[in-house]
This record gives sequence, structure tokens and C-alpha cells, in this order.
Amino acid sequence: MTLFVTLRHTFPGFALDVSFEAPPGVTVLFGRSGSGKTTTVNAVAGLLRPDAGRAAADGWVLFDTARGAWLPPHRRRLGYIFQEGRLFPHLTVRQNLLYGRWFAPKDGPREDMGRIVEMLGIGHLLGRRPGALSSGEKQRVAIGRALLASPRLILADEPLASLDEARKAEILPYFERLRDEVSVPVLYVSHSAAEVARLATTVIALEDGKTVRQGPAVEVLGDPTVTPVGARGAGAVLEAAVVRHHADGLSEIEAGGVRLFLPRVPHAPGSRIRVRIAAHEVLLSRREPEGLSALNILPGTVESVRPGEGPGAIVSVRTRAGTILSRATRRSTEALGLAEGVSCYAVIKTVAIAPEEVGGAYGGE
Amino acid sequence: MDWLSPEEWQAVALSLRVAFWATLASLPLGVLTAYALARWRFPGRQLLNGLVHLPLILPPVATGYLLLLAFGTRGPLGSLLQEVGIVFAFRWTGAALAAAVMAFPLMVRAIRLSIEAVDPRLEQASATLGASGPWVFVTVTLPLVLPGILAGAILAFAKAMGEFGATITFVSNIPGQTQTLPTAIYAFLQVPGGEASALRLVGIAVAVSMAALLLSEIVARRVARRVAGA
Repeated sequence: MTLFVTLRHTFPGFALDVSFEAPPGVTVLFGRSGSGKTTTVNAVAGLLRPDAGRAAADGWVLFDTARGAWLPPHRRRLGYIFQEGRLFPHLTVRQNLLYGRWFAPKDGPREDMGRIVEMLGIGHLLGRRPGALSSGEKQRVAIGRALLASPRLILADEPLASLDEARKAEILPYFERLRDEVSVPVLYVSHSAAEVARLATTVIALEDGKTVRQGPAVEVLGDPTVTPVGARGAGAVLEAAVVRHHADGLSEIEAGGVRLFLPRVPHAPGSRIRVRIAAHEVLLSRREPEGLSALNILPGTVESVRPGEGPGAIVSVRTRAGTILSRATRRSTEALGLAEGVSCYAVIKTVAIAPEEVGGAYGGE
Repeated sequence: MDWLSPEEWQAVALSLRVAFWATLASLPLGVLTAYALARWRFPGRQLLNGLVHLPLILPPVATGYLLLLAFGTRGPLGSLLQEVGIVFAFRWTGAALAAAVMAFPLMVRAIRLSIEAVDPRLEQASATLGASGPWVFVTVTLPLVLPGILAGAILAFAKAMGEFGATITFVSNIPGQTQTLPTAIYAFLQVPGGEASALRLVGIAVAVSMAALLLSEIVARRVARRVAGA
């Protein structure tokens, strides 16, 4: 099922005008805060009535202002995971989880409660009330509550933003499992490049209320002209296979015939993974470097050099492993004579690849 | 109950009955009014707000007189209701009506405050999970507002127990029919040698009021603990 959305809405001082399609898998609305991501999701949920637009999938029309169609939120069959959880404080975890089921059609397909509870690891919490849960536990229950409503579409509005790094690392794998094990399409709002790199099947980049780019995650994130959260958040994504784990704590991976080393990843040899390489962690050299402590040196060709607003520039390098982005000063790009077609080497320190930026690749790719 | 004379006992029992029915009958209207004032924007909202609060500000004797004009046997509403067999004038039902009207602003204020404290985002979450408007109210709003409703009801009960001015104006002070605890105290103080009876009734009034306050405290704490989730 592919969801088609077009929206126009005007607030005082802000105009939203977006148009995108969300194919199966996780579609991430990616942009800074204030770029219109939450407004878009709220319109899809029916919590906000846009000035004009349409959202529909497979003849299932959520709204269509041209035809005056408007399905109220409770008839849209959604699972909305909010940033702040929004669990019902007067109900137990079990009652929260089953809340959507009271209203779901009795004859429709149903998620198995035991399976969801096990997937989220919340079996020991069922008798408690939300007030007695940690923030990470609350968010897992919120995910379960959305899934058990047997939704046709899952919406998630920065579900990890209110959590600290440790809790984020705890929840992210559940979203990966959601993407890989649940067939319902997910529309996911985020301003974190790391989250996008790990979860997204499709990325919709939003800037100032406009869709600036949309497409498969690897393509959009590897495009130096698309930096919806600013040049500091730029970073390309490589798809790779785990080759083996070494005794010294490193994992060897292979992408396009090139071997790379990362800090140990939890994935088994043979499994496909995605690795985000932050642009500010990549050095460029015109000659093959020698005597360098960095383990990953990839030969490639400069595709483009895009000057930023400050002293920096983003250089896009095509390598056999995939496109890599590097952030350097304009001064050094000029000194090295980096321009389109010039061959160079991209140097990536192994320890600069953060474990939380490595995720299992989407099974459908 | 030897320590109360039949007449005193009668006043206490009547007061409890009047306060009970006044509270129970006005509660649904109180919740509806509080919800409308807290959540809805409609023309005449300020007028409704003023009307609800009027008995709080008006001299009780004026409220009683207005009730008599409207609900007396020859009043427009009174004569209409008489057709279907409901009579308020000089009956205990009239005392309950007067008590309900006088207690209404206190009840609505307490409930309205707790409705305003409910996070509308929880109601949105409920809607996205498939609950229609009435279900959102029953499964989310109402349970969260329950402490406020209980507090409002207990406050209204206590106020109804003590209502004097509107009651005596509207339904007079007929022993066994409309003589409630406060009007009985007043009556005993008008006759020589009635002080002992009056004092006993005052004692009961103090006890009932204290019990109501304690009860509301206990209930509020219980509900708060349940919602907090400990």
C-alpha cells in the first residue's frame, strides 16, 4: 500500500506546501524543527484540518478537500505514536495496550497481543500504571498500544526525541523490528540523521514547509545538496554485508567489493547492514595516504563540491562502496584542487563510526 | 436515638434526604454545564457562566423569591409541572430544588477546574485509537475528571445541608415537610427553652460537615494516587 499525500496549510508566519508518497516500509519525514513535519503527520491523523489537500491509499481516502471528504480521526484506523507517549494515566499498561482493540472492527485482522508484548519486552509491566514506568518503558508501551489497534497506517512523531541516548539505543531496535516484522506502512517524523539512516526505507526531506527531495534513503542521504538539518547533520549511508568479527573488537564488512572495519556490530556474519558515515568524520587526500592510523581508505572520484554558508564545503565522493560525503573547509578543497572528476582517497577512522549509526538493512532492499 | 427528640430527628433526616437528592439530581447537569463552559465556545457562554454563578452572589432570599415566582403553584414553570404531578411549593422537593440551585455554582466550579486540567492531547490519542467523541469522554475525560466530580458533589452536598435563606423563602419552615436542619435551628432559637435542641442540631451540622470534608479528602487522595500510578 502506498500512501499519497498533498497538503497546503497556512499558519500565521508559516506556509506548508508538501506533496509526497509513502511506499511500504518506513517513510521518514526528515527536517529541522519547524519545517512542518508534525503538522503534516497531524493532518494525516485528522488532528488538524488542512486548508487544502488530499491523503489516500488504495482507494482509501483519509481526506480530500476538493471533494469535501473528511474522515474523522477515530475512523482512520491509525496507530499514532506520540513524542510524549500520551499513555492514559488512569489505565494499567494492559488496559492501555488493549484500548484500541475495543474500537477496532471485530472481524478484521488482529495483531497477537502475546507476540507484540514479547517483541517489546513489556510482559512484566502489564499490571502497572504509566506513572510507575520509566520513559523508555512508556515509549515501548506506546508503540505496543499503536500496533494493537490493528492500524492500517502507523504514524510516529519523533518517538525518541524525549529520551536520553541510552533509552534511544533501547527503543531503536524495536522500530527496526517493526519495520521488518510488521507489514503496516510507517510514517515517521525525525530530525536525527542517525535515526533516519537506521530506519528509513524512504526519506522525504522537508525544508521550511516544502518537500525538497524524496526517494530511497541511501540516495537522499548521499545527496550533498540535501541537508535538511544543516551541513553538520550531513552523512552518507553505505549498505554492506558483515564478513566476520575479529578478536580485537572490530567487525569487517564488505560494500561493493571494498573491505571496511568498524567497531564490533551486533549483527551476524552474512547479514546486510547499513552504516552511516558522518561527513565531518571523513578526511580527503589526493595521494594514497601512508603511515596513517585510520583503517579505512577508499579510492574514489569527486562527484561534486558544494560550498556551505560558512567556511565549509561538502564534497561528494563516488567510491566502489557507494557515495561518501566529506565536510572540509573551502580553503582545503581549493588547496587540494578538489573538483568534479578529480580522483582522491576518502579516509574514515574506524572509531568515528558510532555503533548507534549502524543498523540492519531493510529486508525489502 | 433517644438523645434527639422526634422533631429534631425529623429535621436531620429531612436535611440528609434533601441534600442527597439535590446533589444527585443536579450532578449530570453540573457535569454538562462544566464541560460546556470549559471546552465549548458558543454565543451566550458568558451569559450562561453568569447565570450559573448568580445564586452565589444574589442574596439567598432573592433566589428563594425568584424560585417561588417561577415554581410556585401559580408560577409559569410550577403550574406547568403541576400538570404532570410534580409540585415544588411547600414540599420537601422544593427544599431540594432550592438547595440544588444554591449549591450548583460550587459544583460547577469544582468540576470545571478539573476538566480544564485534563490534557486534551490524551483525548486526541484516544481518538486516533478509534474512539468517537462520546467514547473519548466516557473512557478518558470522565475518569480523569472523577476527582473533581467527587469534590464538586461533596461540596454541593455540604452546601445543600446548610442552605437556609432560599429554602425558607421558597418552601417556608414546615416541620416534617420543609423544616431542614438550619431552619429547625432557627425555629428552636425563636422559642423559649429551645437552645438545647438548637445546640444539639448545631453539633450534628458540625459533624456532618467535617465528615463530608474528610471524605472528600480521602477520596481525592485515593484517586490521585491511582492516577499517579504508584
